Amino acid sequence: MELLLQYIVAGITYGTIYAIVAIGFNIIYNTTGIINFAQGEFVMLGGMTAFTLKEYMPLPVAIICAVVITMIIGALIEIVFIRWLHKPSVLRMIIITIGLSILIRETALHIWGEGVTALPYFTGTSVTSVNLGGVFISPQVFWAVGISSIVVILLGIFFNFTLLGKQMRACSANREAARLCGISTQNMVTFSFMLSAAIGALGGCIVSPITYISYDSGSQLAIKGFTVAILGGLGNSTAAVAAAMILGILESFSIWALPAAYKDVVSIAIMLIILFVKPSGLFGNAAAARLKEY
Amino acid sequence: MLKIDNLVSGYDNLKVIQNVSIKVNPGEIVSIIGANGAGKTTLLKTITGILKPVSGSIFFDGQDISSTKTEKIVHLGCSLVPEGRQVFAPMTVRENLILGGYVQYKRKLGSDVLPYLDRIYKLFPRLLERETQFAGSLSGGEQQMLAIGRAMMARPKLVMMDEPSMGLAPLVIKEIFSIVRMLRDEGATILLVEQNAKAALRLADRGYVLETGKVILEGSSKELLENDDVKCAYLGKTKKDT
Repeated sequence: MELLLQYIVAGITYGTIYAIVAIGFNIIYNTTGIINFAQGEFVMLGGMTAFTLKEYMPLPVAIICAVVITMIIGALIEIVFIRWLHKPSVLRMIIITIGLSILIRETALHIWGEGVTALPYFTGTSVTSVNLGGVFISPQVFWAVGISSIVVILLGIFFNFTLLGKQMRACSANREAARLCGISTQNMVTFSFMLSAAIGALGGCIVSPITYISYDSGSQLAIKGFTVAILGGLGNSTAAVAAAMILGILESFSIWALPAAYKDVVSIAIMLIILFVKPSGLFGNAAAARLKEY
Repeated sequence: MLKIDNLVSGYDNLKVIQNVSIKVNPGEIVSIIGANGAGKTTLLKTITGILKPVSGSIFFDGQDISSTKTEKIVHLGCSLVPEGRQVFAPMTVRENLILGGYVQYKRKLGSDVLPYLDRIYKLFPRLLERETQFAGSLSGGEQQMLAIGRAMMARPKLVMMDEPSMGLAPLVIKEIFSIVRMLRDEGATILLVEQNAKAALRLADRGYVLETGKVILEGSSKELLENDDVKCAYLGKTKKDT
């Protein structure tokens, strides 16, 4: 029984990370209709930048700075590579974002080398654990789950109750009508890149002590995040959180049943099954999907 | 208020609008009538900057807006109620209207948005009833009211309406036209584009007849209503419709 709970806790931990990456995908997808395959790279950049910065400043400040820097990089990517494209095709966008992800990864390799880095645990060390009814939980898990939950709640508030959030939703619902309301859709796209870069970077900082981060961690996280985004139904961030928990827990049980090397197979298999069987996602509602433009 | 000279516009190599000149004076309702494919929507899209003109000039309030961005044109006070309503379907009625007032926030007149929202609700009590519903779940007529309300929320100097009667039941069309009349009585300047020529001309002060991208007739509504060509075209239209 304890073992079962232990697996579930591990699953939830990974699930929160996947959720954060998936939310990043969804934010950009919603405002632009693009899948940004460089999303995982934002996570990597966040973790790596924070690792370098923490030599010069306290950890919380380093994390904040890393998030801001990644956010600026996100904005620059949009302004330099995406903004001037006039109604690009989906294929073109996929190739551009994959290209960008390679560019960022290689740049990271030059800056940080091949080494694996990890931020220190936010509280305690790698061996500290909290005993909760026989289940040993690392305090970093509480940080990961806690911060991710706060991010999800804040995003909910942002999109539903602020004028800027409403503008972004309007842009996602109907771009031309948004422009006819005087909303600068171009700025909304830049902003969505900044927001998802920031969220990705924050995710990278949270996950770094648990999973370690290296220059090439991004693509793996991107695949997991993409799987989760699809599993939940593209564009739906609440569903993404639920889907992320499902994937995290399934993965963690796969270690119990199968050799650990097969862990990634689970997520790829799920992605393929979903794409074949129900591309609108587990929670994708055909009626709700019809209310959207695309 | 709006002065268009020798406008040529269209999509890529297809010049849908050819040498169109149109004028709208403050406080006027001007209607542009014409059949499908005459270029009515293209004309409005060009005025609002969604399409860039090939040549010619568009002056709004004495300012050349022929190469101005859509957002800026709306900010200047020229709003469009687009063809097919184009409401923000997954958002609530209230959110749709608030977003309509977005330019007011940009003009630093944000405090006017909520009081004006109440006025819109007075004009369209149906929208108040549906305030928290998703715009996509409204009926066609209600969506049209929402689209008009959303455009009005920007407090435009000129409202352009692209076929507000399209796809609606006759009773609802009557209602929509009575709303347009109400807006006129409040002193709004309106450019109304319609296939429903009779209703549009009855409402308007002046009219233009657009055919295959050219203005073939213009004059006061009364003149146009009595014009034999217009009558014939209008009759032809009713034949097709029934």
